[in-house]
Amino acid sequence: MQLTQSSVGRKIIMAVTGAMLFAFVCVHLLGNSSLFFGSAAINAYAQKLHSLGPVVWIFRLVMLGLFAVHIIFGVQLTLENKAATPDKNVQVKRLKTGFAAETMVISGLALAIFVVYHLLHFTVRVTNPEIYVPIEGGKGMVDVFIMVTHGFQQLLPVMIYSIAMLLLFLHVSHGFQSLFQTIGLSNDRTLPVMGNLSKLVGAVLLVGYVSIPLLILFGLIR
Amino acid sequence: MKLKLHVWRQKGPNAPGKLETYEANHVSPDQSFLEMLDEVNEDLVKAGKDPIAFDHDCREGICGMCSQVINGVPHGGQVRTTVCQLHMRKFKDGDEIFIEPWKARAFPIIKDLAVDRGAYDRIIEAGGYTSCRTGGVPDGNAVMISKEAADNAMDAAECIGCGACAASCPNSSAMLFTSAKVSQLAVLPQGQVEAKRRVTAMLDEAKALGFGNCTNHYECQAACPKGIDVKFIAKLNREYIKALLP
Repeated sequence: MQLTQSSVGRKIIMAVTGAMLFAFVCVHLLGNSSLFFGSAAINAYAQKLHSLGPVVWIFRLVMLGLFAVHIIFGVQLTLENKAATPDKNVQVKRLKTGFAAETMVISGLALAIFVVYHLLHFTVRVTNPEIYVPIEGGKGMVDVFIMVTHGFQQLLPVMIYSIAMLLLFLHVSHGFQSLFQTIGLSNDRTLPVMGNLSKLVGAVLLVGYVSIPLLILFGLIR
Repeated sequence: MKLKLHVWRQKGPNAPGKLETYEANHVSPDQSFLEMLDEVNEDLVKAGKDPIAFDHDCREGICGMCSQVINGVPHGGQVRTTVCQLHMRKFKDGDEIFIEPWKARAFPIIKDLAVDRGAYDRIIEAGGYTSCRTGGVPDGNAVMISKEAADNAMDAAECIGCGACAASCPNSSAMLFTSAKVSQLAVLPQGQVEAKRRVTAMLDEAKALGFGNCTNHYECQAACPKGIDVKFIAKLNREYIKALLP
């Protein structure tokens, strides 16, 4: 009860679920990078994942749980924080915090909406029927390389993905360093560098993820 | 020099408040901020008006009574400086200055710029003490404490409880204050007996009083007139995790 109700307890829950979601985002990027090795590589990777059978579904349920907990507690804490300052000063000047830290709940909720779109786009496969082509000799499986390369030849999805990855950059640039502070791993020597390291980690994710749709849109991957 | 002041005026805790504008026409650069307000108040009294209520006591930067948000920053934004130690030489002739009270649900306004910071006392009462029998004054070095731990305890104990941390926090969280009061005891052997009870009790009390949750903005450290480091919030979090473990 203490963990799910107290201020620091819920902060730790946010940090731990956030860390797991961050780990997923990193592994997902590694998986995506198989696209750079051509059609065979990414289709082999996709088939490998599908061959895991029930493990995939266990993994999906865990991810759903992580998202749910992270979002529910995030919104709850934000509402409490708003209630703690019913009226603000006329003049408010911030000395240290920034746009990313002050908009965590907005970037987070927007990312949740993006994840739903992303799942409809590439997992449930309902948004763009023309890009879902069966793979040769693949027991009804879709050719992932064609799906991705054709999917990102359209401007709108590329724009949506790019904006979403900017939001991910913002979210991670505050969240990464926040994780270490929350679980008590920060001290006066790490704190000054963690802010910049956090932005760097966010930037690596941004460049890594956005490179794929942009390279496809500009015809460099085909 | 001459200044234009926009001061928050509020008759009582539940009365509506608003900014009112005053001219300060004989400001000396050698005056402290509070001395400047004293003169404005003298003019108000002479004119038969209600003077601006504000908290102050030692006027030498150690008591933590003065509490004004100046141009949007608690204590005015000069590094490690309370309002009373802020001097008018930091301002220019013709400046407009906004002077407002701490704003947080847990710090209700008493009048104008004076707020009730009893909430911080409630947090201390919830666990910021040791209740072991200490006996007489012990001989020097009878209790062995490393230089590092002693310095750490003193750094945390520098907190004067002025409330700037919660006032500067976008979430009105009292986490820097609570962490300083938890840490000053947690690093010393005398604080170990009640360590687990202390951290959860003080956090529960802060929540019940209506302070917000810490989301690591670190505004508190920037606004703190004593420069209390947010490393103590990490320390508090470690103490909390230890308290959860059997």
